[in-house]
Order: sequence, then structure tokens, then C-alpha cells
Amino acid sequence: MTKRLLVVIAVMVMAGCSGNGSPQQAPLTVFAASTLKTAFDRIGSRLQSSSHNIPTFSYAGTQTLTSQLTQGAPVDVFASADTAHMTVVQDAGLLSGQPAIFAHNKLEIAVAKGNPKGIHSLADLARPGLVIVLADPSVPAGKYAAQALAKAGVVVRPASLEQQVTGVMSKVVLGEADAGIVYMSDVVTSGQVAGVAIPDAQNVIADYPIALLKGAQNQAGANAFISLVLSADGQAILKAAGFEGA
Amino acid sequence: MRRARVPAPIGLLAGLGLLLFLLPLAGLVVRAPWGQTATALGDQSTAVALGLSVFCSLTATAIALVLGIPLAVILARTRGPLRNVLRALTTLPMVLPPVVGGVALLLAFGRRGLVGSILNQAFGVQIPFTTAAAVMAETFVAMPFLVIAVEAGIRSLDHRYEEAARSLGAGYWTVFVRVTLPLLRPAIFSGAVLCWARALGEFGATITFAGNFPGRTQTVPIAVYLALESRPEAAITLSLVLLAVSIAILVGMRDRWLGAL
Repeated sequence: MTKRLLVVIAVMVMAGCSGNGSPQQAPLTVFAASTLKTAFDRIGSRLQSSSHNIPTFSYAGTQTLTSQLTQGAPVDVFASADTAHMTVVQDAGLLSGQPAIFAHNKLEIAVAKGNPKGIHSLADLARPGLVIVLADPSVPAGKYAAQALAKAGVVVRPASLEQQVTGVMSKVVLGEADAGIVYMSDVVTSGQVAGVAIPDAQNVIADYPIALLKGAQNQAGANAFISLVLSADGQAILKAAGFEGA
Repeated sequence: MRRARVPAPIGLLAGLGLLLFLLPLAGLVVRAPWGQTATALGDQSTAVALGLSVFCSLTATAIALVLGIPLAVILARTRGPLRNVLRALTTLPMVLPPVVGGVALLLAFGRRGLVGSILNQAFGVQIPFTTAAAVMAETFVAMPFLVIAVEAGIRSLDHRYEEAARSLGAGYWTVFVRVTLPLLRPAIFSGAVLCWARALGEFGATITFAGNFPGRTQTVPIAVYLALESRPEAAITLSLVLLAVSIAILVGMRDRWLGAL
């Protein structure tokens, strides 16, 4: 987290120094939930090739980004993994305009490729002898997982409550955990785990809002980025990364 | 003899450096919810994290003492390129980002790791996500502090005491236990305190290797990180506890510190 902050600070400092330099280059700072990395990196390079904006992304757990924003981090665009955290930022009076929902994500059970433990449903996660890892309930992914498990009436005993959903993924990828509850997009973009679908009746649909920040240094670039995310091109990239379109 | 005056720029820069340390601490103290400190400390989850942190850091220090003193002896008494390699390997965890240390521990002691896979197949043991994993992560990161302090102590030892004991007929073990170790007491003490303080503050390697579960692997630094979102006053209170411990260590060590290092 500190490292990301330092990167952001470094970018801001550089932006400040090059203010009177070449007018073609306009830095753009985007705070985005860690799940969005693959899709947003692609959308970012698309924006960079079609305009003079140079987007810099800070990916982290939505709750980390939210506290950095409310502490005054200078950012142009914020993309959250849930509406609750976006509301916190909005209530703090930091948004310019209304947030727009740009994608939806569902939960899936991540297991090792080939599903050696034969996990086929949420109920299977309660089987004794399995090592299950979830995200911490203070993180959106963890909150959704708890909701899905409650809907399914399943009580699991997690070995660990990770600080972000990527922590859950890495434990499954490394084979330390037999299963974890992650976003469908994580399974699609990682390619290193298999996904077990959760029926819609038990699943939780996460809404991803995006918004322009009041303190944006590069408003034009921020609006261009948001439009690109909402455009057919952006939606296609998000779908390829396992999200459902807005 | 008159002492040379320190030029103003040096004083100014030193003051700025000091401010960089002091302002964040001031922020913590000023923003602390002093009225709720007692309730936050009495909170079940806070107490559990504190208890686990004390247990893990003390166990890690004990392990570091048992393994680290012999390592320091070897480092101090061997010569040549081998010693340089050993010293570099020992100090590696001090410069390695702790998260990288955690990943390395997973790759060695995880269920599919070099050693972990054997443990898992032969005994059904899985180390990650256990309190043992938290202790191992803390030991990995903190032990170098002890080794370095003790090694420095051994090298500055007056070896004539040991020679005298040996000339009077004492064997290696008698000399080591009755002469060397007592002479090293200040170095061992300061090394152990530094090691304990580092273990107490460990975050990255622990959350990577041991994960986060209240009462099992959720130590105070991890609890602070997660509480920052949902219960900021609890996070600040826990941070104050760690701050108080650190200050207590500094005050308690102010004489021994310079003597041993």
C-alpha cells in the first residue's frame, strides 16, 4: 500500500514538474479495485494510443482506495468494486457528478485445475478436511462471499481471511488452499485455476461504479477514460475479462 | 578545546529529518480517541490480537536465541569467503521486502513447497494458516537482528578470558557456558530486544505466509490494517499500544544499545 502511495506521489510530483513542458502529455490517475487490473490495463493502453492522456493506475482493495481518497489522495477517476464504498466517497463530497455502473461481477468458487477435491457447490465447502480461504468481510469480495454462503445456508470454517481478493486467488494458485470464493473475472483473467459456478439463487451480483473526482487534475482525460469504459469497445474488453456488461 | 559550531544548514536539515519522524507520531497521539481507549483495549478482538502478538513474538525471539547465537558464533569465528557468504545469507531477510519473504516461505514450507510437500505427505502436516506459520514468518524476518548484534559482541570480546579459562583446564562447553555467554550478555540482550521488536511489528511475511484469522494468525499489525476501514478508533488504539511498546524499548535500552552495537 505504501509503495502504491509512493508511486502515486511520484507521479504527482512528476506531473507538477512537467506542467509547463510538452502540452501533448496529460497524466491521468485512476484508482481502481484490484479485480479490474487486466481489463483496465487494456482500456488504459487503448486510451493512450488514441489520445494524449497517460493513465496511471493504482490497484488495491476498494476499502484501501476509499480510505486513501477520503484522506485526500489526488485522483482523477475512481472505480469501485461495490456501491457502498462509492457512496462513502460521494458522501465525503469528493465526487463530481453521479457515479455510473459500468460492469457487474458474479462470485465463483476457485479450485485447482481439474478440481481434484471434487468441489461442485457452496455446500461442498463445508466438508471437513478442506482448506478454504475467503476474503475478509471488510473487503467487498469477502462481504459478498459471506452473503452467498448465508443464502446457501452453508457455514464454512475458513483457514484465512485475506486482505484482498487477489490474496485468495494466490493461495489457491499456489495450492495452499483447496478452494476460495472469488469473482468470476478473477478466474477468467488468472487462467491458473478452475471456476465452479454458483447458481444465481445463491450468488451475489456486484455492481461496479465509476466516477469522476472533484479534485481531478485532468478532467478532460478523466471523462475520456470513463466514456471509453462505458463504450462498446470498453464493454467488450470488460466482457473478455470475465465481467458482465452494464 | 572549543567544539566547532554546527553550521545552520546541517541543523536545519537535521530538524526536518526529526520532524519527519515526529509528525506522524504526533498525528497518532493527537487523533487518538483517548476517551475510548479503555473500551477499545478491552474489546475482545483487540485483546485476542494483542495476546497472539505477544505469544508469537516471544516464541519467535526464543527460537531466534536458540538458533541465532550458534549462527553468530559460526559467523564470528570462521574466516574467508565462506563467512562472507554466510553473513550475506543471514542478513538477507533484513533487506528483503517482507512480502517476498512470505512468498519464499510458502514456496519452501507450503503444501506444495520444497519441504512442506514432504511434511504434508509423510505426516499430513500443513504449516500455512497456523500460528506456527506466524511464528516462523516472524522468526525469519527478526532473527538477523539478533545474529548481527551477537556477532558484533563476539568479535569485540576480549578472548583472553576464554584462553585463561581454557589454560586452567576448562573444556569448550564449560568455557562457552561459563565465560563466553556471560560476557556476551549485553549483546544477547540488546539483540533479543531488537529481534522481539521487529517480530512484534511484522506484517508482510506473516499475512503472506500465515494468512489472517482472528486468534490464529491475526497479529496486531494485521488487525490494525484491517480495522483501519471498519473501526478506525480501534486501529489507532492498537497503533498506540505498539508505539508505547517501542518507546518503552528505546528508553529501557538507551544505555545498553550503544554499548553492544
